[in-house]
Amino acid sequence: MAYTITEKILLKHTKEKEIYPGKFINAGIDLCLGNDITAPLAIEEFESLGIDKVFDAKKVALVPDHFTPAKDMKSANQCRRLRDFAKRYDITNYFEVGEMGIEHVLLPERGMILPGDLVVGADSHTCTYGALGAFSTGVGSTDLAAAMAKGEVWLKVPESIKFIFFGRLNKWVSGKDLILHVIGDIGVDGALYKAMEFSGETIKKLPMDDRFTMANMAIEAGAKNGIIEPDFVTLRHMNSLGKKKFGFGDARFTKLKSDGNAKYAKVYEYDARKIEPLVALPHLPSNVKPVKRLKNVTLDQVVIGSCTNGRISDLRIAAKILRGKKVKPGIRLIVIPGTQKIYMQAVEEGLARIFVEAGGIFSTPTCGPCLGGHMGILAEGERAISTTNRNFVGRMGHPKSEVYLASPAVAAASAVKGKIAHPDEA
Amino acid sequence: MIYKGRAHKFGNDVNTDEIIPARYLNTTDPSELAKHCMEDIDARFSKKVSPGDIVVAGRNFGCGSSREHAPIAIKASGVSCVIAESFARIFFRNSVNIGLPILESAEAAKRIRNKDVVKVDISRGEIKNSTRKESYAFEEYPTFMRRIISSGGLMNYTKKRLNT
Repeated sequence: MAYTITEKILLKHTKEKEIYPGKFINAGIDLCLGNDITAPLAIEEFESLGIDKVFDAKKVALVPDHFTPAKDMKSANQCRRLRDFAKRYDITNYFEVGEMGIEHVLLPERGMILPGDLVVGADSHTCTYGALGAFSTGVGSTDLAAAMAKGEVWLKVPESIKFIFFGRLNKWVSGKDLILHVIGDIGVDGALYKAMEFSGETIKKLPMDDRFTMANMAIEAGAKNGIIEPDFVTLRHMNSLGKKKFGFGDARFTKLKSDGNAKYAKVYEYDARKIEPLVALPHLPSNVKPVKRLKNVTLDQVVIGSCTNGRISDLRIAAKILRGKKVKPGIRLIVIPGTQKIYMQAVEEGLARIFVEAGGIFSTPTCGPCLGGHMGILAEGERAISTTNRNFVGRMGHPKSEVYLASPAVAAASAVKGKIAHPDEA
Repeated sequence: MIYKGRAHKFGNDVNTDEIIPARYLNTTDPSELAKHCMEDIDARFSKKVSPGDIVVAGRNFGCGSSREHAPIAIKASGVSCVIAESFARIFFRNSVNIGLPILESAEAAKRIRNKDVVKVDISRGEIKNSTRKESYAFEEYPTFMRRIISSGGLMNYTKKRLNT
């Protein structure tokens, strides 16, 4: 039987002899995770089972990243529940403030996800790890509780949709623009319940950080997972983490491919040469327009960071644009690296200095403003451009505030101009 | 099971930030969450809703984040059942896992108007609109999911599996 990469990974994690789209399976997991919002509920559910251990303490990760460093007393209590639970059940993959980073930047950085793994997380952006050629998907807190107890998750095998990109990327065009282009094309439920497989010559050449951005936003099209076949770029990335070393012949990087005759629900082809820097307008990520078509969209705040675009190459490109320039007076620029390691890299490379000298702030890692948690909440009538992933009503603060989504290059240029701007203008 | 109440009608792509804004996610208390249910899309929802009422919506209901606080807030506000043309997948599985009945019916989602009195008979597979004297069919759950539902949710299902 011919299988897609998603089906191959699922099959490997079940006792079934064969699988097909629509079939329900119980699948074994390699890692499960939760954060300071979702894990407290999962812990309550887990404790209702009355068992004295998690299925495998090494395969559970708890990352207090959303409202941390704790923004108020209630959040502090939620963080404490994670801390206490981790202690009681010997969960070493608990990351305290100081070690903590945004979960979907942190866990891959620590080499905790390998190509071919099956990961579930009580966070919708768990789909990020598909960039490494893993099957990873967001679930709820009760799912996480069950996963921690039994080491498995129930899943419906998804149909796959293939997105083939060809042609060279234009200047300033990044993984963010590619995924916004797709979501703009197929809509916020265009891949509902399905696997989104990104492929083609453009993707083969796409750096790892951009791949993370693309897989990260698969959920914004309703998908179960986003995935990219592991290749030489993936291998080099994994070896650069300073953890395990993989050889050229390692099957995780050479064998984990969709079969040539695998079935897809749909195939889309995109000419990357026709894609320019994009922005998603309020209040849906599918409301996509080229930056050039937006005139005089003035701003109050610019956010660069998040699990979507808080990696070192995101900060580098923002710094490249901001170097020697000033943020337009009246605009608040908030730059948030994804992890402590990225924070230090940004300091050592002089990027942090560029942000601060430009008039921005450089924060400790947190999800913070992306979900209207803290560190940059919008007031009534305010407008922000952000490198985050959602622009729903009230997402970053007041229900009458607005969020525009874009790449770090567009966000940085917009900070300089005080309105939404093309990187060429800055 | 039979659910009966007034319909509260919403459009397409109702997201979890609208169902329960993140500013209230520093608690897991269902009654606290219920106070803010649907706040950013209908500020008076928690005042208007009565026990048994039914939420009716268009496509992709519950899209966005994985927060289980969303179905918990809906359930704790007294809503007996959600009917939509389609559901976002994490919201769907969360609802199944915690035992909030949700039904897919494009016809019901389209025909039912705000404040219509609606009766859902799960065992007969029927949605009745008493106001308009109409009835609609809904998608039956696959056997696998019915097993979770009939166990009383995912934790009870897991308990059984832990013992095997």
